[in-house]
Amino acid sequence: MIKDDLNVIIATDCGSTTTKAILIEKKDGVYRQTFRGESPTTVEAPFEDVTRGVLNAFAEMEELSGRKILDGEKIITPAEGNVGVDIYVSTSSAGGGLQMMVAGAVKAMTAESAQRAALGAGAIVMDVIASNDQRLPHEKIDRIRHLRPDMILLSGGTDGGTVTHVVELAEYISAANPKPRLGMTFQLPVIYAGNKEAREKIKEILSKKTSLNITENLRPTLERENLFPARQEIQKLFLEHVMAQAPGYKKLMSWTGAPIMPTPGAVGLIMQTIARKNNINVVGVDIGGATTDVFSVYGEIFNRTVSANLGMSYSISNVLAEAGLENILRWVPFDIDESDLRNRIKNKMIRPTTIPQTLEELKIEQAISREALRVSFEQHKSLAVGLKGVQRERDISEAFKQEIAGETLVDMLKLDLLVGSGGVLSHAPRRSQAMLMMIDAFQPEGITRIAVDSIFMMPHLGVLSTINEKAATEVFEKDCLIHLGMCVSLVKGSIGKLQEKCISYKIAMPDGKKINESLPYGDLRVHPLSIDQAAEIEVLPTKNFDVGAGKGKPIVKKVLGGVVGIVIDTRGKPITLAKDKASRTEQLQQWAKAIGAYPD
Amino acid sequence: MTHAYTPGLRIAEKTKVTSRRVLPLMGDVIVKKGDVLKAEDVVAMTHLPGKVHALNAVNRLGIQPKDLREYMLKKVGDPVQKDEPIAETKPWVKMLKSVLHSPITGTIETISTVTGQILLREPPKPIQVFAYVDGTVMEIMEKEGVVMETTATFIQSIFGVGGEAVGELVIAVNTPGDILTAERILPAYKDKILVGGAFIQHNVIDKAKKVGVRGIIVGGFDDEDLRKLLGYDLGVAITGSEDIGITLIITEGFGQIQMAQRTFELLKSRAGAKTSINGATQIRAGVVRPEIIIPHNTTGKISGEKMDKPIDRGMEVGDPVRIIRVPHFGKIGRIKSLPFSPQKIETEATVRILEVEFSDGATAIVPRTNVEMIET
Repeated sequence: MIKDDLNVIIATDCGSTTTKAILIEKKDGVYRQTFRGESPTTVEAPFEDVTRGVLNAFAEMEELSGRKILDGEKIITPAEGNVGVDIYVSTSSAGGGLQMMVAGAVKAMTAESAQRAALGAGAIVMDVIASNDQRLPHEKIDRIRHLRPDMILLSGGTDGGTVTHVVELAEYISAANPKPRLGMTFQLPVIYAGNKEAREKIKEILSKKTSLNITENLRPTLERENLFPARQEIQKLFLEHVMAQAPGYKKLMSWTGAPIMPTPGAVGLIMQTIARKNNINVVGVDIGGATTDVFSVYGEIFNRTVSANLGMSYSISNVLAEAGLENILRWVPFDIDESDLRNRIKNKMIRPTTIPQTLEELKIEQAISREALRVSFEQHKSLAVGLKGVQRERDISEAFKQEIAGETLVDMLKLDLLVGSGGVLSHAPRRSQAMLMMIDAFQPEGITRIAVDSIFMMPHLGVLSTINEKAATEVFEKDCLIHLGMCVSLVKGSIGKLQEKCISYKIAMPDGKKINESLPYGDLRVHPLSIDQAAEIEVLPTKNFDVGAGKGKPIVKKVLGGVVGIVIDTRGKPITLAKDKASRTEQLQQWAKAIGAYPD
Repeated sequence: MTHAYTPGLRIAEKTKVTSRRVLPLMGDVIVKKGDVLKAEDVVAMTHLPGKVHALNAVNRLGIQPKDLREYMLKKVGDPVQKDEPIAETKPWVKMLKSVLHSPITGTIETISTVTGQILLREPPKPIQVFAYVDGTVMEIMEKEGVVMETTATFIQSIFGVGGEAVGELVIAVNTPGDILTAERILPAYKDKILVGGAFIQHNVIDKAKKVGVRGIIVGGFDDEDLRKLLGYDLGVAITGSEDIGITLIITEGFGQIQMAQRTFELLKSRAGAKTSINGATQIRAGVVRPEIIIPHNTTGKISGEKMDKPIDRGMEVGDPVRIIRVPHFGKIGRIKSLPFSPQKIETEATVRILEVEFSDGATAIVPRTNVEMIET
């Protein structure tokens, strides 16, 4: 469904707390995002109708833009002058998004493939059940019954392979007789994407108790993953069952000119579009209040993970629980009492919409965000392993090697662009704060470009890309993506002594100026290079250090500017922080000063 | 433009409170519309399906899955007793006979000729739903439960742990700024619900549990102590099902914070009354906050109801507000001005703010999202 003749587009993302609307207009042949409006989401009581929040966001947009969008409660189409829009598109994560449970025969094989299929479709995976997951049958059955997912994806066995295990899993699902989260009277949708030889048996066991949908095997052979059909089926059922049960969505679906997508599914699409169009490897993160999504696109291989309980407001306390107090404290650039820090985190959790008013509070939130991002990225790297992508052929011995090695496909040295989105990054008072948070959390290696989403519009652009890729890409490049600059870093395993000779570098600036400097180990330096400029950098590490070409080997590369500039980072990989509190806070203050993160 | 959001916690001296009392699965409602009930009365009951046990029959009997039915002594749906034979082989030599005994008392759920497994289900577990508040049955939801209604003092709080508890309300401190110490926990407080002041520590809760206190309502509590109470770091704020032997409700937040004067006075005015509390908190879309319900002994209609409505209008100059984030956390004042344009605050973020005037005449600039509106 490609639509080329669009001049005025309105898009919303119905989040769990806020419905965000953006207006995109074609001016002088170029698509630009022009206005935005937002309003609280109205899925819950007393409204229980998502369209109320959408209409409120539209009303705010009308006020700001002067464009008449609504005729009563009807969207005016097509656009004529300053009245109406050509199309309305939307994403949604309201009501907790799409919550799934997946099941597969072998935990590290079909179950993991099923997990990737569900995550790629934009779901939160509540649990992964596998024949060999060490749980006893009654524990599995109890778990299935109690979790109440929106749907279950059942896979297992390569075509012609094991039938027993997948049938066993179906028997457990049948014994649990699970009920869907929404719409008590409906049967729970179950997608079967396993061994085709087992289809009849699965039908026998599950067709009476569940709403069973059968699709192609997502792991037809050991060395081949085929996730696309399962992902499509998930998105179809998301619309038919989950969305249709959520309050007001039937009406909302009748308004949109393209199917409503789960928010993370849409963000994943835009990441893939950008990677494909520029032929680059991309890692993206969207850190929200409740969850953090991480996306990676390496060549043809796309992966997405969601850390369902890592976020900066609703889930902030879980960052403390998962990362540990020590890890958060190591990023706080001043002395703070542990008990005080704990109470502050819990107070943010119970009043999630408050914002830091003092600089000290801002620094604490940014310290926590580093850990939320780090843990989410670790989780992503641990799942982005082994067989990936659609129909990717690979040698069987290689498949085994990957499983055994468990090597992540996220190679930081091959990463071209790191994109951050979400309140703590997009709305950081200084862009340099966002850059430093991302460098500290993701620890890029070699030379990496870093950018942020200006005002959180990637979901909107993702769903828009399904009907008009040109509009989505133009807005993404011109209004959404704010390039912060490039980071030059040591590679993993580069550890030295503070102030030890580390690198020297030459930068040929666009105005002809030559910079010729050196930076000892454990330091950070910034050279401004504006957003539309490029320079050439030559970095020569000393014999103990590596910036991507090997120990002591130089690299020469074109670097692109940004609102922060070129950041030279010799703090080691992993970043070496002093053990004693006083030296550590001094280090953190020094680095923050170098990048101009906070006012003096 | 961002909208200032306040949690809009309800505090009412006398209001109509309804409570949905619903079974987790369909079952039987055993009361009628109009029945006047006590909190302890059962309103509905059902049976939860029993636990499922899997038996790998083919391995135990040394047979092929496809032949399993031939060796079964029971069929799907049959009741079985613990240790009762449910399948056996029929060899020529009787000594070689293998017998499979049921590990539980229950029924045969499935017999699989693909996996060779037998699933057995334990007998259903009866569960009951109580009225939870003294009041009247206003509505019957057939097979699901009832809606109870009562006229009560109603206070929503900010955070709690532990589930429903019912008991007599006792004020255990003199002022809302007092700390509820171990010495204040008396043996006579068995089965009571205590109101503390600004703070309570873990060891005091321990003593209260030993005495048999059912619930504690207090202004603030340390996260460190919450960890001790639960035995783990609470990650996600979904509470209510903790098995900690007591229900704890905090009205203000984490740390030592004086209970709001009005909340304290209201609770004090109802001392001695039968009180229903629930610590269940869910801070997500569809927020659930802990509640304190103190029914009035009245069966007549609510007249002259004095009730704080949830805040459903925008802020106005003169409105009383409480600041809910540092540097003025917990302070109460009145809105002095509401500048339209966003302003730069100390963090350098540009946000919508308001000016608050405190009772001593001092003023402060605060982001609008960092206050909650309160009633006088």
